[in-house]
Amino acid sequence: MKKELPLLITAIFGSFMVIDYFVPHPAVSAVGETLQQWAIIVISFSYVLGVANIARINGEKISKRSRDWPFALPLLAGLAFMLGVGIFGGIGQGTLFNDFYIYAYTPMSGTMFSLLAFFIASAAFRSFRVRTVEAALLAAAAIIVMLGRVPVGAEIWDKIPAISDWINNVPQMAAKRAILIGAALGAISTGLKVILGLERNYLGGE
Amino acid sequence: MLPAPLLNTMAALLTLAIFSFLYKDNAFYKFAEYLFVGIAAGYVVALEYHNVIIPNLWRPLLAGDFKLLVPFVLGVLLFSRFTSSFGWLSRWAIGLMVGTFSGLAIIGFAQGDLVAQVQANMLPLKTETLLGTFSNWVILIGLLTSLVYFFFSKEHKGVLGASAKLGIWFLMVSFGASYGFTVMARFSLLIGRLLFLLVDWPASFGFHWLH
Amino acid sequence: MEKLDRRYIFLVILLVVLVPLIAPVGLPVRVSREVQSAYDAVAGVPDGSKVYFAADYDPSTMPELHPMALATLDHLFSKNCKVIGACLWPGGPPLLEDALRRIGELRFGKKYGVDFVNLGYKPGNEVVMVSVGRSIPATFPADFYGTPIEKLEIMKGVENLDDVSMIVNISAGYPGTKEWVQQVQSRYHVSIASGCTAVSAPEYYPYFQSGQLAGLLGGLSGAAEYEKLVGKPGTATRGMDAQSLGHLVIIAFIILGNIFYFASKKKAP
Repeated sequence: MKKELPLLITAIFGSFMVIDYFVPHPAVSAVGETLQQWAIIVISFSYVLGVANIARINGEKISKRSRDWPFALPLLAGLAFMLGVGIFGGIGQGTLFNDFYIYAYTPMSGTMFSLLAFFIASAAFRSFRVRTVEAALLAAAAIIVMLGRVPVGAEIWDKIPAISDWINNVPQMAAKRAILIGAALGAISTGLKVILGLERNYLGGE
Repeated sequence: MLPAPLLNTMAALLTLAIFSFLYKDNAFYKFAEYLFVGIAAGYVVALEYHNVIIPNLWRPLLAGDFKLLVPFVLGVLLFSRFTSSFGWLSRWAIGLMVGTFSGLAIIGFAQGDLVAQVQANMLPLKTETLLGTFSNWVILIGLLTSLVYFFFSKEHKGVLGASAKLGIWFLMVSFGASYGFTVMARFSLLIGRLLFLLVDWPASFGFHWLH
Repeated sequence: MEKLDRRYIFLVILLVVLVPLIAPVGLPVRVSREVQSAYDAVAGVPDGSKVYFAADYDPSTMPELHPMALATLDHLFSKNCKVIGACLWPGGPPLLEDALRRIGELRFGKKYGVDFVNLGYKPGNEVVMVSVGRSIPATFPADFYGTPIEKLEIMKGVENLDDVSMIVNISAGYPGTKEWVQQVQSRYHVSIASGCTAVSAPEYYPYFQSGQLAGLLGGLSGAAEYEKLVGKPGTATRGMDAQSLGHLVIIAFIILGNIFYFASKKKAP
């Protein structure tokens, strides 16, 4: 029950997803559709589980007065607020839920990621060292592509965009294709190992 | 609905609080960071409730589709992870998710990546133009040598070693291109936030100074 | 020089992006082959046909991808296409709603439920993609607002992806372009044009070369190129001068950083 049943469930669902692709019979498709609808519902519960865990961890932080515990208060307040206004007030345009999505969630999310522009610039100056032939190739390709993707490249030399396009569509594409093929082989073997029960790490400990 | 200048000012202050991290880590940044996590978490659950639980589970259950009790029970059992004695019950739901994704991954990677990509590389080695012919040869050599680089069952010596070396060069060109694109992505995100501070925020007060 | 406080570098970057936004030069945007191909794919869709719009992004990539969504929707609505929008990222539905209302309703006078619909979000990534290919009503029994889809005129006659002319996918990562190609294009052979973040774009060139993608818009420059093609310059075009200067500064940083490094190596014993 603790290990065998989950492995059996994995094997059944996994095998059926593969069989569903090869067998176009309506009975198989009907079962496939049902299993996929079930998966969508279970996955949605997993998101709720994740949020419940965040609430639990931060609640403990406050009760145990751990490091940075005062900041857990706005976290839990924000969570409760969005949950409350979302479930009881609706989620469409014009609702308080949507307002806080646009004017709180969106700016904070966008700004978090925009910090990366500063860090990539800092890394370019402090860490990008052309010490080998390979690094020189990397730097050359990076510079040509950076110039080719923006209007100023064509102003510097009208051939830069064409060279950048050629790099993207030919040597860069070839290497990425090799990575794709290699990753595909790895993913297929991992998928098979999971379905056959040879890979069990996802079940966790005893 | 709250007034636009108030909402935009709240957005601007939260934006500046996060930007303050660039000077140094501080309480304003931490406050915004934790608040963001809380709001995002609450948003996700409310969305799951309206877009999944009600239409895909609750309404069909009420309409008599009792097969849905299976995913409902499995979903609830996920929460057994919070207990030490019954945490193993959550493995049933995890098995369902992992099995489903593994099966789809096999098909997707095999058909969409492996077969299609190998097929797409069957290119003519002589075309109408010199550039076309040269490019196809570069693609073929690039793919084969890059694949050789990832073959670790034999020591990279001799012809194999030389091929792998050439493969590394192709990979370095691709990583350089990726770096160039990454720089573009990062700057785009910064441009977006600065446009909000420069244009949208003043505009909410009726101040249109930039066109 | 290598020990320079990185906050000075941050300040340079801030100025480098701010100045062109305040005082733009307006350098011309050049259209690349893969964006032209995406435009031609959308242009080739019969007027008035139904298109599945997969808005798989959220606010973290909004500056790059929202302009793409707006430009491609402009193109679709200009052809009187009916747009069926859906999201696989939880942060997506309000952005999709904004794009559909701004372009469909306000610019073209289209009607929700008749000319466009926001089906909202479903979790499950590839599972949803395969499920939608089989049955859209089973996967999305209601729209974002909870209206049963049998009550929506636009969804009449739409059972699955066989009933749409193409998929336009705006993708921030996983799930996104790669999964649509792997699970949907390979299985159901629907034409897919994709817009993605610049970070992901390089890895999708093999899909474009193989024909699995009808076209590819990469990052803000891809969005600006599409804006040029539809003749409606927007936020993406506006940002290209700042992008140009930013790239030049990064190149300068790489070169200067290496000059200082090799100079200091020469000085040291």
